Amino acid sequence: MRDMKGRVLVVDDDAALAEMLGIVLRGEGFEPTFVADGDRAMDAFRDTKPDLVLLDLMLPGMDGIDVCRQIRAESGVPIVMLTAKSDTVDVVLGLESGADDYIVKPFQSKVLIARVRARLRRTDDPAPETLTIGDVTIDVAGHSVQRAGEPLNLTPLEFDLLVALARKPRQVFTREVLLEQVWGYRHAADTRLVNVHVQRLRAKIEKDPERPEIVVTVRGVGYKAGPG
Amino acid sequence: MKGAAATVRASYRSWLARPRSATVRRLRRRLRQVRDRYRHSLQLRVTTATLILCAVVVSVLGYILMQHLVAGIYANMQQTAKIISDEGLATAGNATDFSEPPNPTSRQAMWHLTQNLASTGGTPYAVEVTLLPQFQGPPVYSSGYTVGFYRSRPQFPQKLISDVYTEWKGRGHVAQRPVSQWASMALASSPRPVPGLLIGAPFGSDYELYYFFPLAAEQQTIASIQQSLLVAGIAVVFLLAAIAWLVTRWVVVPVRLAAQGARRLSAGELHQRMEVRGSDELAALATSFNEMAASLQEKLEELEDLSQVQRQFVSDVSHELRTPLTTIRIASDVMFGARDSMDPAAGRSAELMQGQLERFESLLTDLLEISRYDANAATLDAEPVDVCTIVLQSADIAQQLAERRGTRIEFRLPAEPCIAEVDRRRVERILRNLLLNAVEHGENRDTVVTVAMDSAAVAVSVRDYGVGLRPGEEQLVFDRFWRADPARARTSGGTGLGLAIALEDARLHGGWLEAWGESGQGSVFRLTLPRVVGGDLHGSPLPLRPLPLTAVADGLAAGDAVAADGTAAGATASGSAAVGTAAVGPDAVADTAEAADAAEPAGPSGQAATSGAASRG
Repeated sequence: MRDMKGRVLVVDDDAALAEMLGIVLRGEGFEPTFVADGDRAMDAFRDTKPDLVLLDLMLPGMDGIDVCRQIRAESGVPIVMLTAKSDTVDVVLGLESGADDYIVKPFQSKVLIARVRARLRRTDDPAPETLTIGDVTIDVAGHSVQRAGEPLNLTPLEFDLLVALARKPRQVFTREVLLEQVWGYRHAADTRLVNVHVQRLRAKIEKDPERPEIVVTVRGVGYKAGPG
Repeated sequence: MKGAAATVRASYRSWLARPRSATVRRLRRRLRQVRDRYRHSLQLRVTTATLILCAVVVSVLGYILMQHLVAGIYANMQQTAKIISDEGLATAGNATDFSEPPNPTSRQAMWHLTQNLASTGGTPYAVEVTLLPQFQGPPVYSSGYTVGFYRSRPQFPQKLISDVYTEWKGRGHVAQRPVSQWASMALASSPRPVPGLLIGAPFGSDYELYYFFPLAAEQQTIASIQQSLLVAGIAVVFLLAAIAWLVTRWVVVPVRLAAQGARRLSAGELHQRMEVRGSDELAALATSFNEMAASLQEKLEELEDLSQVQRQFVSDVSHELRTPLTTIRIASDVMFGARDSMDPAAGRSAELMQGQLERFESLLTDLLEISRYDANAATLDAEPVDVCTIVLQSADIAQQLAERRGTRIEFRLPAEPCIAEVDRRRVERILRNLLLNAVEHGENRDTVVTVAMDSAAVAVSVRDYGVGLRPGEEQLVFDRFWRADPARARTSGGTGLGLAIALEDARLHGGWLEAWGESGQGSVFRLTLPRVVGGDLHGSPLPLRPLPLTAVADGLAAGDAVAADGTAAGATASGSAAVGTAAVGPDAVADTAEAADAAEPAGPSGQAATSGAASRG
């Protein structure tokens, strides 16, 4: 794993924390760049073209949520939110604005590194594979998804989630299993992550997100791909 | 007076309490309904009272009025009778034929006089002219003549005849004063005797004159007056009752509206106001009600604002504290990672710092969680989940601790999934806490976790066989920072807020978290949650206290002793041990449910809970 380098943009107004994060990230072989202000975050993002963004939710200038939305509008780059609030509303708001994952302060350095690695990990050379659920076609190697011939724009995380479900159609995945397979969590953590991202995914791939046909909820258990 | 009322009430109660047949029971229920209705409706009470009082007053007035009318009519009639009879007597007295003692011509004279005196005008009456009794017979052989009587020889009361005779004797042949008496006589117009006034007087030398004035017309008049009075009286009574009903309605309706408004207000509809009409007392009531509502709303909004401020403060503190803590934490991680290259003192310091930082963090997390509850900022994020799965997942840390201590956690789970709408994160937190506590205080004995479900609720009970709880501690355990034994060291580094948060978590679900414990017998913590959000709990599918304990010896509840299965070590418990149970659930409902629980093990749900349990662990 040491060889997996990546540029990480740290958006945080707390100088001490930013420096500390820098020390840890460099120690793990990442290339961190820093920005302390929400208003300058987008410029820094466009300049550095990072592989991952670590984003503090509370920022001077532009709010972390807005920064997240703007980045998401331009790119599918993994965004990991740093938040001091673990309340459902705050977390869900952050996830709905497009963050892939979140870490609640205070966190341990190994948790941070594990989450960052999990977001950057990609299967090196996926075998050519085409999956189909309903009218949605997934080209796994080409990282593209089409519905009835129309290309759909999914973030890498949404893509991973869809592929995980589509590889075993009709199998019911619990939220815990999905957390482990898609997010790389070992121990059950926050299943709200799965709920919010399933909603985001449905909004993109379903004809009617209110009555999903591709990613179906199994009451009391979890989710599965395909109808019935 | 009071005593008499009490006696009546007591006898009424005992009458109510007597065992009766079905019909009587139905009647009694009906009676009770009416009584309740009466008790609860001011309007009904006022109307009934008005009805009764009016009926009494109208009856008394009617009676007096009637007496007056009757007396008047009778006096009138008597006067008429007197005038007619006096006139007749004068005519008879003036007739020269009667100045002589009876002789053969008297018959002719009496007949003439009778015809002369017979009723002519509007007042009907009957007349008899006759001889005094002792002269009847020879030489006249006549009992006189009658007009208007049913029989030619009417039977007059003996007393009247003797009175007339006395009069005749006393006056010494000078006939004047008539004697009168009320009597019933048969008349030619009505063969059945009718009441009337009988007037008799001696006249002439040895003659008698009798008049009878029937009261038929007067009685008819009186009857018709009576009828009219009765109808009018009843009409007046009911009209007054109706008026009372209407008038009380004017008063009662606004009061009812105020009561309704107050009820809505207390249910949380703070915008509830009453309509103010006019400027009378009721308007004053409405105005005061509205002022009260407004001030209440204002106060509540103030409180809400305060709570908002508090929430914001907690959130800010959270952020402000957590950011530097993160830096410290990561710095400590780095130092901890490099401790091998430090000198021993610095290395050990890094280790200590790392450990205490963890404790600090969990304390901070728990404190923030509690203050979130204090600020009413906690929200329920419920979704349908299988509680059995949560139970198994929450057991991970407790399992590790149990393994280190060489004990087991035994799971008794039902075969089918227990789906309930709960906040997974909170339920996990509750169970993690209960399990960790059970293993920690279990004195290296096994812990038993039982899950059961019925139509309304799902329950998880965590049983340990450790030191247990002393009487009164069943409630104390949920207090913040409470320690069973302050001198005893903590082994797993709990913050002291775990059960307090767990209780709040349970309450947020509308559920109960209750504890049972006894010295040396271990303890039971039971979590009961409604299966749907907002559902009401009426009982728990699991008993709180273990089945076969002291109930037999204490003879507490017969139901408790039925299903003794001897699984618990406490089967040998002494009879003197006080079984302390405490409902730390929402309110008194929990207490009543508790009472129901005592008898529950014998019931079907209690049985299903234990026999339907399949080991999944």
